[in-house]
Amino acid sequence: MGELLNIFIKSAFIENLALSYFLGMCSYLAVSKTVKTAFGLGLAVIFVLGITMPINWVINNFLLSETGIFSTDLTFLRLILFIAVIASMVQLVEMVVEKFSPSLYNSLGIFLPLITVNCAILGGSLFMVSKEYNFMESVSFGLGGGFGWFLAIIAIAAIREKIKYSQVPPALRGLGMAFMLTGLMGLAFMSLMGIDPAAF
Amino acid sequence: MAQAQVAAKQSSIGFGKAERKLLTDPLDSNNPVTVQVLGICSALAVTTGMKNALVMAIAVVFVTMFSNIITSALRNSIPKAVRMIVQLIIIATLVTIVELTLKAVAFDSYKQLSVFIGLIITNCIVMGRLEAFAMANGPYRSMLDGIGNGIGYGIILIMVAFVRELFGKGELFGAKLIGATDDYLLNTQSFELFDIHWLSWYANNNLMVLFPSAMFVIGAIIWAHRAWNPSLVDVS
Repeated sequence: MGELLNIFIKSAFIENLALSYFLGMCSYLAVSKTVKTAFGLGLAVIFVLGITMPINWVINNFLLSETGIFSTDLTFLRLILFIAVIASMVQLVEMVVEKFSPSLYNSLGIFLPLITVNCAILGGSLFMVSKEYNFMESVSFGLGGGFGWFLAIIAIAAIREKIKYSQVPPALRGLGMAFMLTGLMGLAFMSLMGIDPAAF
Repeated sequence: MAQAQVAAKQSSIGFGKAERKLLTDPLDSNNPVTVQVLGICSALAVTTGMKNALVMAIAVVFVTMFSNIITSALRNSIPKAVRMIVQLIIIATLVTIVELTLKAVAFDSYKQLSVFIGLIITNCIVMGRLEAFAMANGPYRSMLDGIGNGIGYGIILIMVAFVRELFGKGELFGAKLIGATDDYLLNTQSFELFDIHWLSWYANNNLMVLFPSAMFVIGAIIWAHRAWNPSLVDVS
């Protein structure tokens, strides 16, 4: 249990997908204009990461690996299968949100299908493979990574809402400033890198 | 009659003003990285060296071009409800081809780029152009759009990599240009090619090797681009 908590904290803060690995930057920069939409997208990302990570773990270990049911090395199919799982999950999320919360669906608009091409999701699955986690660890890694991404997008959205009232050079307004801010936040997050959660 | 003419014009394989615009627009006023905000992740990760950036740019041009051609050829027979999955399968197939080719041809680059070649699939440029252009236009025009966007992305990638590699490591394409070499004290003849002894005081800026520096460099590029082309400035 403590091990799982360690992985959660590590993937949420120390190896933050958004600010340490800079994954999922496109939607991170495009959807962070207001805290409200950022909140909705962050929740959707937590959900999709938390679901796809265990599914991809099962696919990777029971279908693709040499010890799986086909007992041949099928890892060259990894990318295609992972992305198919992610795309179908996102399509599912889209249908569920549309059915149960039309107001959230309308406020997210085009950004909901964009989760498919959020590299944090596929990157998370590929990291899960390269770190050789077991099933429960991959669940914890997925939820922790999603939570970290959620925190990061909320933080940048809050800063961007405030910085609207500052005197920024016109050419740097909006997108340019978002890039600079993300760089500074990334530098700040690098200071967390040396922390070992197992020490606490 | 007029519509038929337009349709005939669009399907013909010519190279007029409209076609040239498809190629040149993504280089400036509709750049995928600095204007459309697509494909940032890989722009950050692979730009520590010119060589990796070049390999990545070529791979992305290949993938955008062929995925645009294939999707636009199939566009009338893809059902709306599963179009995302179909598009991703096309992209994933092409990326797997690129990955296996690189593994065979340039193993060094493959090892360094590893995860990020796979992440071309989720490079928003590819899917963004499929959604925005290839689903509504013929294969020839889609091909031009794919090449244009791939090159527009590649140019930014190479600009960022130039700054990061030159100031971060004092090298370009792995060749030492500025700053002292490791064996400087032993071998003072190590600057034969360019004879720039006077730059040997330069100490590498390690910030430039880290990820956040790419954000600063791209931010500065956006700043310069918008100062030069004020029509792009964010009014909100």
